[in-house]
Amino acid sequence: MPNNSIQLDDNGKLQHFLSIEGLNQAILYEILDTADSFTSVTDRTIKKVPILRGKTVANLFFEASTRTRSTFELAEQRLSADILSLNVDTSATIKGESLLDTLQNLEAMQIDMFVIRHQDSGSAHFFAQHVRPGVSVLNAGDGQHEHPTQAMLDMYTIRHHKQDFSSLRVAIVGDILHSRVARSQIHALNLLNTAEVRVIAPRTLLPMDTESLGVSVYENLEQGLEGVDVIIMLRLQKERMRGALLPSEKEYFRKFGLSQERLQLAKPDAIVMHPGPANRGVEIESSVMDGDQSVILQQVSFGISVRMAVMSMIVGQSGLQSGGDA
Amino acid sequence: MSLQIKNGQVVNPLEMTVAKTDLFLQDGKIVGLGSAPKNFKAEQTIDAADQWVLPGLIDCQARLRDPGEPEKANIESETKAAIENGITSLCIPPDTQPPIDNSATVELIHHRNEMFGHQAQVYPIGALTRGLGGEQLSNMASLRDNGCIAFSNAKIPLANNLVQRRAMDYAGGQQSLVIIQPIDHDLLANGCAHEGAVATRLGLPAIPEAAETAALAKDIELVAQTGARTHFGQLSSARSVDMVRRAKAKGLPITADCAIHQLFLTDHDIGNFDSNMFTIPPLRSQYDRDALREGVADGTIDCLCSDHQPHEVDAKLKPFPSAEPGISGLDTLLPLTLRLVEEGVLPLAELIAKLTLNPTTIMGLPGGRMGIDEVADLIIVDPESHWICSASSFVSKGKNTPFEGWDFHGSVTHTLVAGNIVYKAR
Repeated sequence: MPNNSIQLDDNGKLQHFLSIEGLNQAILYEILDTADSFTSVTDRTIKKVPILRGKTVANLFFEASTRTRSTFELAEQRLSADILSLNVDTSATIKGESLLDTLQNLEAMQIDMFVIRHQDSGSAHFFAQHVRPGVSVLNAGDGQHEHPTQAMLDMYTIRHHKQDFSSLRVAIVGDILHSRVARSQIHALNLLNTAEVRVIAPRTLLPMDTESLGVSVYENLEQGLEGVDVIIMLRLQKERMRGALLPSEKEYFRKFGLSQERLQLAKPDAIVMHPGPANRGVEIESSVMDGDQSVILQQVSFGISVRMAVMSMIVGQSGLQSGGDA
Repeated sequence: MSLQIKNGQVVNPLEMTVAKTDLFLQDGKIVGLGSAPKNFKAEQTIDAADQWVLPGLIDCQARLRDPGEPEKANIESETKAAIENGITSLCIPPDTQPPIDNSATVELIHHRNEMFGHQAQVYPIGALTRGLGGEQLSNMASLRDNGCIAFSNAKIPLANNLVQRRAMDYAGGQQSLVIIQPIDHDLLANGCAHEGAVATRLGLPAIPEAAETAALAKDIELVAQTGARTHFGQLSSARSVDMVRRAKAKGLPITADCAIHQLFLTDHDIGNFDSNMFTIPPLRSQYDRDALREGVADGTIDCLCSDHQPHEVDAKLKPFPSAEPGISGLDTLLPLTLRLVEEGVLPLAELIAKLTLNPTTIMGLPGGRMGIDEVADLIIVDPESHWICSASSFVSKGKNTPFEGWDFHGSVTHTLVAGNIVYKAR
């Protein structure tokens, strides 16, 4: 096992949030419980608490993002942070400035926390290893490695509907090979003692030794959906067709698309999730996406409280107890 | 100039012996083993009691980054690193900038080594194709006349199998050695870690074994077709070892080496994205590592090399997939070899043969032998000296090592090139 202790300080508290792997069950539950306390804030008319007042958060997105970036920004605003958002693909790095120079220039502006998305697996660890002491890094997606806040909002959504993980069968369907979301979800589900984690995909979209992640592997959707409590559909990127990984969207939908009919194979009260953005008619049928069992839009709103929770834990405050009113 | 090395344990890779023997050197050559020739009078004597005396090491794959990449290293810095670490000869692949595809570059390298070098022999490997472009043959005959010891396209792909077949025919026709690092570039793609559980967990773009073995199978078939004497460089996988073993058993004119770090590290050492563990070919599984060690032990793998690739700090100061691959290996070649002896892979003399006798035989170079009239490229090693590997004390300009903090035994006390002491440890 790698040493992920860079995420935790000597007292076992979060100082960076880079990957689910390397965390423990207690921290995951603390995130979920803290997020609970913020869900009430987001329901209030005045949605702000002063936990990050006086702190500056920089959102560094080296890759495009709508949902993740906007929910991070909302979470930061609701925690009263000062915010600096940069789309770095249009900024200095293409002019030849190195990643570290970009980071250090921003550090010189007294940034307290970086929220970073970058196309290289391992970039979040890299940044965390090179920031000044006291500065925190939150991984908003690093290559094909992890997307830990997405996984935590998914866990939050599952707990909201299903309570106890230890009796659940969860199926993750789609492009496991390229998915940082799937890797984070698998680690989180296993840390939370989920009864069974299944991944369902054609072989070209499965990495080598997928089982070693702690999952059972299905190459047939019908078999994999049998009796599951939670179905998580992953987005299929169009470029997978070009890389000879799949013949066509049509054939993919025929074999791996979630239809009403296939949904019947799961438990009657199964929930359907998707980290977005979804391709209707490619991985998921519209009627399922908009149907009663879909919790996809809830995922998005829970995303704000979960990100507030992680950020507040990093600055050393768990929830609202010490945050006061605003 | 005459010199006697007395009381040393002389390692003889040809006889496969280690025995206390006095050595007598004159005019750059070994003139006596055990007993002095008539009228020999030593102007200088080295007492090598409790020390090993070895032929100077020959590193059959080391990049000195010269010409072209002075920010990484140069001939001066890297020959100094070689000499201080017991390496008296360096074979350098043709992917310098500009590439070694013309006589002027060969001469430039020799000239720089004479002007700025620290007495190590530098042997250029010529480009197999013009500009390493993979399409037109280089002027191999002229390059050979100017001192290229073999021909290779380094890690750069050839345009197609027909070019490869003709290049091998042409090189074979002039009795030149062809060196191939088997890589299928389609299968390599943008990969940066061995395809297995570690890459899966870390989400690193993966390199399948077939990126090496599919190319190797084709290369072996082209050796069978052309009869060109071919050396396979830096093998990394168990299946490759097996394929080379079988091809050799069929009598094909094949030899092979592996980079010494592959005998120690596996993909698990990537840990938390340690970019010093990024190599091409990648660090593979424990199973592959063990099979490579078996290949070393049974002779399938003839030579060990450093696959030295010094980098400036910035080249590695990046997220894993964006970092530049390679290890600075000159400073660790000998201690790692001695560690293989400690770990029982092979006895001392047989392992040392893979860094002396075997590469000189395969590449057709002087040195590497302990015998009368052989060139007196020798090193003296204190086997008891204990040290801890630290990049900051590397002689090489490249500090990119995955062996930081490792415990090593054995260090060089003297290096002699052509009978002259060119390095003496303080």
